[in-house]
Amino acid sequence: MKAVRPAPGHQDTNDDGSPPRMVAVVADGRTLHAPEGTFLLEVLRKAGIVIPTLCHHPAVEPAGACRLCLVEILRNGTPGELVTACLFPITDGLQVRTRSERVQAMRRNLLDLLLARCPDTPLIQQLAREYGLDQTSYPRNTEATDCILCGLCTRVCDRVGLSAISLVSHGTERKVAPPLKQPPPDCVGCLACAAICPTGTIQAEESNGTRTIWGKTFTMLSCKTCGRALITTAQAEYWSGRSRLPIAYFETCDTCKRASTAATMAALGALGNGR
Amino acid sequence: MVPVAQCDPAAETSVRLRVSGRDIRICCGTGCRANGAMDVADAFARAYDDRSTLQIHTKRTGCHGFCERGPLVMIEPDGILYTRVKAADVPEICTRTLERGEVVERLVYHHPADHRPIPLAKEIPFYARQTRIALRNIGRIDPTDIADALAHGAYAGMRTALTELTPTEVIDIIEHAGLRGRGGAGFSTAGKWRACRRAPGERKFVICNGDEGDPGAFKDRSILEGDPHAVIEGMIIGAYAVGAHEGFLYVRDEYPLAVRHLEAALAAAREAGFLGHDILGTGFALDLAIARGGGAFICGESSALMRSLEGRVGEPRAKYVHATERGLFDLPTVLNNVETWAHVGAILAAGPDAFAALGTGRSKGTKAFSLVGKVQNTGLIELPMGTTLREIIFDIGGGMRGDRPFKAVQTGGPSGGCLPASLLDLPVDYEQLTAAGSMMGSGGMIVMDDRTCMVDVARYFLRYLSEESCGKCLPCREGLRQMVGLFDRLVTGAGQTGDLERIEALAQTMQAASLCELGKSAANPVLSTLRYFREEYTAHLEARACPAGSCRALTTYHIRAQDCNGCHTCFTACPLGAIAGVKHKAHRIDADRCIGCGACFEACPRHAVGFGPKMVCAGQEA
Repeated sequence: MKAVRPAPGHQDTNDDGSPPRMVAVVADGRTLHAPEGTFLLEVLRKAGIVIPTLCHHPAVEPAGACRLCLVEILRNGTPGELVTACLFPITDGLQVRTRSERVQAMRRNLLDLLLARCPDTPLIQQLAREYGLDQTSYPRNTEATDCILCGLCTRVCDRVGLSAISLVSHGTERKVAPPLKQPPPDCVGCLACAAICPTGTIQAEESNGTRTIWGKTFTMLSCKTCGRALITTAQAEYWSGRSRLPIAYFETCDTCKRASTAATMAALGALGNGR
Repeated sequence: MVPVAQCDPAAETSVRLRVSGRDIRICCGTGCRANGAMDVADAFARAYDDRSTLQIHTKRTGCHGFCERGPLVMIEPDGILYTRVKAADVPEICTRTLERGEVVERLVYHHPADHRPIPLAKEIPFYARQTRIALRNIGRIDPTDIADALAHGAYAGMRTALTELTPTEVIDIIEHAGLRGRGGAGFSTAGKWRACRRAPGERKFVICNGDEGDPGAFKDRSILEGDPHAVIEGMIIGAYAVGAHEGFLYVRDEYPLAVRHLEAALAAAREAGFLGHDILGTGFALDLAIARGGGAFICGESSALMRSLEGRVGEPRAKYVHATERGLFDLPTVLNNVETWAHVGAILAAGPDAFAALGTGRSKGTKAFSLVGKVQNTGLIELPMGTTLREIIFDIGGGMRGDRPFKAVQTGGPSGGCLPASLLDLPVDYEQLTAAGSMMGSGGMIVMDDRTCMVDVARYFLRYLSEESCGKCLPCREGLRQMVGLFDRLVTGAGQTGDLERIEALAQTMQAASLCELGKSAANPVLSTLRYFREEYTAHLEARACPAGSCRALTTYHIRAQDCNGCHTCFTACPLGAIAGVKHKAHRIDADRCIGCGACFEACPRHAVGFGPKMVCAGQEA
């Protein structure tokens, strides 16, 4: 019977609770140590090796959608296949090259395709320039967009527990959308999608105590003390329900909560000094 | 029940007809049904009610394979095959064949070359060259009757496995037989099973991939419709071997008959004690359930299929950790294709040597193909691995339709490749097809003649895949978008210098960088046509002409006055009234109104219609 293998990427403990086995990986000639089954990207980044990514974020499950983190596996010293570091669980003795000519050329080709899709997106233009591309060699997409379909927004929405938006249609028609392209009933306006979007495609509008995103308008909850708009009422209700904290907890902003705590502490301190 | 299996038609050398105790097997596969097979079956059922003294039994079977000639009626044990039978033909068959013992000559297959009638199925080249293992009982049994299946040897392999062998011995037998995945990739079946058996964990799954989505492929549908018991038996054996107690059959919802027959077969197998607790008193437990696909081609990809089974969006994921370790619900899973499962019972029943004796080096046994396209005998066939393309297309397939020259055969579905005439003697097995730039894939085989433009064929598959890709990973989604754009340019005469190199570079990126096999192999039709038909690409690019006369934007049609006798056929055929002329005088095509559909070309009995390149200025059509 083979030894229990840890779940890829989550290597705090093995299934049976035992600590994971440490293994050695050689990247660009450097030997790195990490628990078996850790995703390669994490190992490389911890060692300070720069790997470009667009669809990766530590808060969400890796997807392997942008393919920019491709690295070259070496088998007995000879170049093997290209694998996405974000999804590749390491094993002992793994050897990779992260900046070989083939890897760089492949990243350039991928950015060339992405630049045709998003020719006016600053992040993509900048990344492409780093790989020596000023403009795409393909015809520009007729419906130029800033959305790179990395899927971070839909993954973070899943993570929040709402799944209000998703990737719809398939093939070249794929896009991010709420159900039936209507204002999403499950959205609470938390802006996690807008915050995680690497290209700033997802935008919210805020004015007069309201916030509008995905075609849905929310009323904002204002801080009882300072009056500043905090989060949406829908968000407060959602988090109150999930955390079982009273809604009143959300009615004061963190700054004012801290100020109030500080004031209490100061008062306590004054008492102490007077003793 | 008539023990048909005991009557061996091969023992007879000439047509000697019996006068009683016959089986009438009516093909009721989807293809024959569409042509009225159910009416034929009903007519026989009505007729034999009052002829019961003759002991005639009608049986509605699955696909006989010879779809081109359907609806098919087989009279056993004589072995007579009647083709293109209509309900109106039934009284004549009853009176002449079943009562008087004569052959109804007009309904039998006629040899295309010398037109001699061939009444016996086993003498028709289409059947004579085949070896049926996965398809062993299709066309012989009533798929809805488990007793009939049992009388034809179904579940015998299961009995052997469960009562006489240990799970490891079962895996050894499959390994010895050399069975490899029939879904396309050709992974060792025993290797998969062994890995899953060794994977830690109590809960494991077996899955049957019946999400056959390749255009032109229908072998899995025919197996599920015609012999669901073979698949169920294979899964029971596989589950026993790997230690799984739950299994799923993922079947396309577009295959309603397959789902119906499978449901009936599962219920019958449960009733018979082949599924459920304590199977055959061995203590082994397994149940199987059907899951219907939602119409996404990508769900035929194993990891996407598992996500779909979990109730999530059917998108592939990286396979750096195999499904045998982390598959469905992240538990050890064995997924095999319908045809692979159908082979298993036969291997266990007959022993691995018989299977391993067939085929070539590393490709053992037989392979089922759906033979379609510009070939005379389209249909479902099963052949030993290593049979050449020429044998398949010209002997079994009966050669090209309309005597047009062979140009290419596309194997392996949208991710396969197009092989030219120079490779007709290629033995068909996993390694040879891959080396030639194509693949085994789903077993689809599309034969093309000289009127097929290879650039357009590649474009067709690219468009198909650009719609069916899940769109998750960048190289597949954006790569296909750009590929389609480049090909749209080529077929309209708007290609630019360097386009072929652009196509090749893009194909390499997609191959190396895509997440799943769909993206990795999406460029196969492009690369194989570029490899074997590069001059056709150059013609589109440089001369802005389509040598096959297929790309409408690049083709004009004309009538050669000296060959035209004014029969007026083209005039009637033209959908736009672009042809002028009176009977018995040469006709003429109005180039301005002609849309280049080629209807006149196909219709002209004297081959007086010709085609040539249209003058297109660069960029004009873009």
